[in-house]
Amino acid sequence: MLKTLRQIASIGIVSEPPPPADDSLRIQAGLQDEIRTVLGRALCIRHIDAGSCNGCELEIQALNCPHYNLEGLGIRFVASPRHADLLLVTGPVSRNMEAALRRTYAATPDPKLVVALGDCGCTGGIFGESYASLGRVSNVIPVDVAVPGCPPSPTRILQGILAAITHGAHAQHSTNPPSG
Amino acid sequence: MAPRDWFARGNDLPGAPGLRALVVSEDEWREAALDLAAAGGRLVALWASPENDAPRVHAALLAEHKGIVLTLSMADPAAPFPGIEDLFPAAARMQRAITDLSGLRSTGPDTRPWLRHTAWPQGYRPLVDPPRVAAPAEAAIDVYDFVRVEGEGVHEIAVGPVHAGTIEPGHFRFSVVGEKVLRLEERLGYVHKGIEQRFTQLPILEAHRLAARVSGDSAVAFSWAYCQALEGISSCEIPRRAAWLRALYLELERMANHLGDLGALGNDAGFAFGLMQFGRLKEQLLRATQDALGERYLMEAIVPGGTRYDLTRPNLLSLGRCVREIEHEARTLRTIYDEHAGVRDRFTGAGTVTAELAARLGLTGLAGRASGQAFDLRSDLPCEPYSQFSVKKIVHNEGDVAARVAVRFDELEESCRLIQRILGALPEGPHRTQVRVPADGTFGAGLIEGWRGPVCVALEAGPSGTIRRCHAHDPSWQNWPVLEHAIIGNIVPDFPLINKSFNLSYSGHDS
Repeated sequence: MLKTLRQIASIGIVSEPPPPADDSLRIQAGLQDEIRTVLGRALCIRHIDAGSCNGCELEIQALNCPHYNLEGLGIRFVASPRHADLLLVTGPVSRNMEAALRRTYAATPDPKLVVALGDCGCTGGIFGESYASLGRVSNVIPVDVAVPGCPPSPTRILQGILAAITHGAHAQHSTNPPSG
Repeated sequence: MAPRDWFARGNDLPGAPGLRALVVSEDEWREAALDLAAAGGRLVALWASPENDAPRVHAALLAEHKGIVLTLSMADPAAPFPGIEDLFPAAARMQRAITDLSGLRSTGPDTRPWLRHTAWPQGYRPLVDPPRVAAPAEAAIDVYDFVRVEGEGVHEIAVGPVHAGTIEPGHFRFSVVGEKVLRLEERLGYVHKGIEQRFTQLPILEAHRLAARVSGDSAVAFSWAYCQALEGISSCEIPRRAAWLRALYLELERMANHLGDLGALGNDAGFAFGLMQFGRLKEQLLRATQDALGERYLMEAIVPGGTRYDLTRPNLLSLGRCVREIEHEARTLRTIYDEHAGVRDRFTGAGTVTAELAARLGLTGLAGRASGQAFDLRSDLPCEPYSQFSVKKIVHNEGDVAARVAVRFDELEESCRLIQRILGALPEGPHRTQVRVPADGTFGAGLIEGWRGPVCVALEAGPSGTIRRCHAHDPSWQNWPVLEHAIIGNIVPDFPLINKSFNLSYSGHDS
């Protein structure tokens, strides 16, 4: 116990300030003001792997490490789509996951947001479209924000999530989106 | 015959060192598998090259510090090929996958589809018929014939494919009495993306990028195994510096995954402190990797003929410092895990796979070494540069979650040692050389000990720089069936912990 406390005390707080939202990642034109009014900055995310190679999952998990202090921003991952405001979807959508993705989307209460993650989620990536892959996430469910990268860094993921929830006015003021 | 007689009959196979290739008849196919199984051999991979006129089935087997790829040329494609699931239980699902992808049947008793759910019709053979793209549509509901457990008080818990955490999709069907698990049956294949068909559409000199994405957490292992096979059939000798850099990448990948798992395992045992501390160390390592090599995860690092990135002297020194720091901190955290009564209680005796069961079922890689299976390609069948390192093989015998944690701690330390060894004596010279397009019909295999276990890539060249057939095999194929045994008699709430202690790849398996 003493060692545990000593370790906590000696490491201190490593959390970093969050990056600004990157509204250039938005692909859905209609801003859902309603969501922002309702949610403020408390956001529940349900992650769905719809066919990913698991690279994106590693970076989503990295978001939960102390450097990014996700919960400090009011964002947390939840276990059920019924508790979620936002779906974070990875992978090209495999045909074997199509029904599960549609059902998970349907189970998420309105109003809801969808962020597609990674090159595969944005375009189908290297897997493309085939007998087994349906390609990009927006081929199957509506997508608000798409974050490219293979895999995108935690900072980019966070920028995409924030772009989905922060006000459009923010983008007009932030002329220099940081690189991630 | 003894395994060495089978090896003697074969020819050298290009790619990984110590591999032989042998074309066998149907009788010899079973006989060779029987002899190798009797000598304690292991099945690495089983796949088919289902060309219409002359379909072939291949088995990669290891025994006595050598490997052999058996090729069975099927005389009659309509007749089933002899299954080897009685000798190597892990073969059962591989044979079902062969049927799904190529239409070839085995004599194995389980004829349920495995990778094919409702995504493509039974008559379509992805590896034989022309590629097709079906339009998105509401897929039919998948019905799978799970084995039912009957009796008073038995009920089923169905979990997945979408799970509660940030993990990959798969379905688990538990049959339980109260909290106790009587039986677990897995249903996988949800993230099947058609990778093996996709390989045949890519140029052979570029498909290492697809190999890296078979299982993202093992990108280095897969891309190295692919390049090893390609360089073998192209008669390309990579520069020494390239081989050493690849080993550096592979050990960095091992460290990152072990750090992540050690944190997640603490968390699953109710010790969130572990997740935060190891999450911090992993993030430090990823950032140091990014600073030194330009990527957090080394998805693009290995290319045919060598490596994409070189390592400058200042980057070499800073990477070395970061690894030394992590090694020191991980040692402190290990004593905290070891002395924490709650963590010990959850780890010890959970999800036990005895050494005897592990040997019978062919448990491999990290999980195998936690159940007394003393096998590690880095010391048993080493390629350059591991042949010069005398890698310490980490083996524990208890076979429980605690043992799988201990293997990770020990391997983390060994990886730190190997990295310092590499950084201290990195050969000078180029880190990349030219690779020529291999001749049509040449066949080779790569074999690399990834962090999870042996990764195998078999590659057959087509005409003018195309791929005729590429099979990328993840060790999760061997270990998923064993997880079904590990959970028997444990309680349902311990499943996430036990599952995490194996941390198997869905994507690598489903591919």
